[in-house]
Amino acid sequence: MIPLKRALSSPVGRKFVMSLSGIALVLFVIVHLLGNLTLFFPGEDGENFNDYAAFFADLGPVLYIIELGLLVVIVVHMAWGISTWLKNRNARPENYGTGQQSKGGPSNLSLLSKNMIFTGGTLGIFLIVHLWHFRVRKEMGSVKEEYGTYETAGGREVADLYAMVEGSFSSPGWVIFYVASMFFLGFHLRHGFWSALQSLGAMKPEWSKGIYAIGLVVAVILAVGFMGIPIWMFIEAN
Amino acid sequence: MAKETITVHLKVWRQNGPNDQGRFETYKAEDVNVHMSFLEMLDVVNEDLVRAGDDPIAFDSDCREGICGTCGFVINGQAHGPEPSTTVCQLHMRSFKDGETITIEPWRARPFPVIKDLVVDRDAFDRIISAGGYVSVGTGPHQDANAAKVGKPLADRAFDAAACIGCGACVAACPNAAASLFTGAKITHLSLLPQGKPERSRRTRRMVHQMEKEGFGNCSNIGECEAVCPKDISIDNIAKMKREYLRAIFTDS
Ligand code: FES
Repeated sequence: MIPLKRALSSPVGRKFVMSLSGIALVLFVIVHLLGNLTLFFPGEDGENFNDYAAFFADLGPVLYIIELGLLVVIVVHMAWGISTWLKNRNARPENYGTGQQSKGGPSNLSLLSKNMIFTGGTLGIFLIVHLWHFRVRKEMGSVKEEYGTYETAGGREVADLYAMVEGSFSSPGWVIFYVASMFFLGFHLRHGFWSALQSLGAMKPEWSKGIYAIGLVVAVILAVGFMGIPIWMFIEAN
Repeated sequence: MAKETITVHLKVWRQNGPNDQGRFETYKAEDVNVHMSFLEMLDVVNEDLVRAGDDPIAFDSDCREGICGTCGFVINGQAHGPEPSTTVCQLHMRSFKDGETITIEPWRARPFPVIKDLVVDRDAFDRIISAGGYVSVGTGPHQDANAAKVGKPLADRAFDAAACIGCGACVAACPNAAASLFTGAKITHLSLLPQGKPERSRRTRRMVHQMEKEGFGNCSNIGECEAVCPKDISIDNIAKMKREYLRAIFTDS
């Protein structure tokens, strides 16, 4: 038996942590995208999107618990990721003079697989901006002032979040920022999805190629799905 | 017919000892027979160096038939050179072009300090093995070899893992300098066989923790290790190690 604390910092256990938190985040992102699809069919005054948002707001304290849980998962994924990266850097103090050349064959060595810390770090920065942009501002009440209010089915006055999203994505700056960030989501998942399962040992040699291919599909669907929203709304607005 | 002799320019890592800074030095190898192995080509270069009163290029080798795991260095950024499933002693000069510049470096990883030039200290691997990569045998009359039955598919898988010669190419090629393929192969090999079962959990725990203690990096499933492995050890052995470790968290047997 291995004490859990010891296991979670070991080379194998730390990857269990990365994998489980990563898979949880992928599931979250899938749900997030499904919800956001209402932006393609906003209905009158963006009622579909606003009702979807209101559903979560109506959860009250439960919403905060969910959000806190998500935050913990994100922080854990980042903390373990950064600590692992530092250890890995330390394991090779001096690189090869010619740089490393892949031998091809079964190797997945690529700019993407080598730079998970960079694509992940970019997503971390994106997340901070995104949360401020669409989450914190709402909490501070400035959205109501700027974009007006929406009346929910339950008769509550809430900030008109659809108007906020619509307003943001009528400006090319935000569209470019979101689209560019979602490239990094795709890059990160291209290696990450497969890698999460392999790190858990949930892999047979026969599956390996197939799951690696599914990783590409997942990465493309999620990235393109999220990119579509700002682009679509920008076209609608102009 | 292809040319029988070629000339190559070598850029070789020279380092006098563990504490020396090290630098690349260039040599010209002329009229190299293309059927020579890479190490034979270096032998010829070394003979010239010795004749000129210079220090020969230090490199490791023993069997020179690809089975002992002693040889190995990085050629043009690839562990054991450009050919798949090949140790550097089994690599031939016909894999190179006339006039080519070939860069030669030692394995680079903190747990593999350079002893001299292309020779690195791989004791870290030995310590991982000593931590648990064995089957303890009590004294007394030895068992009949056929007493413990092993099915053919299982025997094949164990044998594939056992083919690891411990050369260290996996570490050298891993962008994280991880030793997961080596350790995974050893753990898989013994955990599949009945003789290895009693110490299964302890072995996995101790070998993985020793690997960490030695300062190897953490596997991020890039798979370059498998691509350079002269014995084609699959990263499935790493997945197996993960499962064994998970098991070892919860059980002592
Ligand atoms: S010298 Fe034995 S494997 Fe190359």
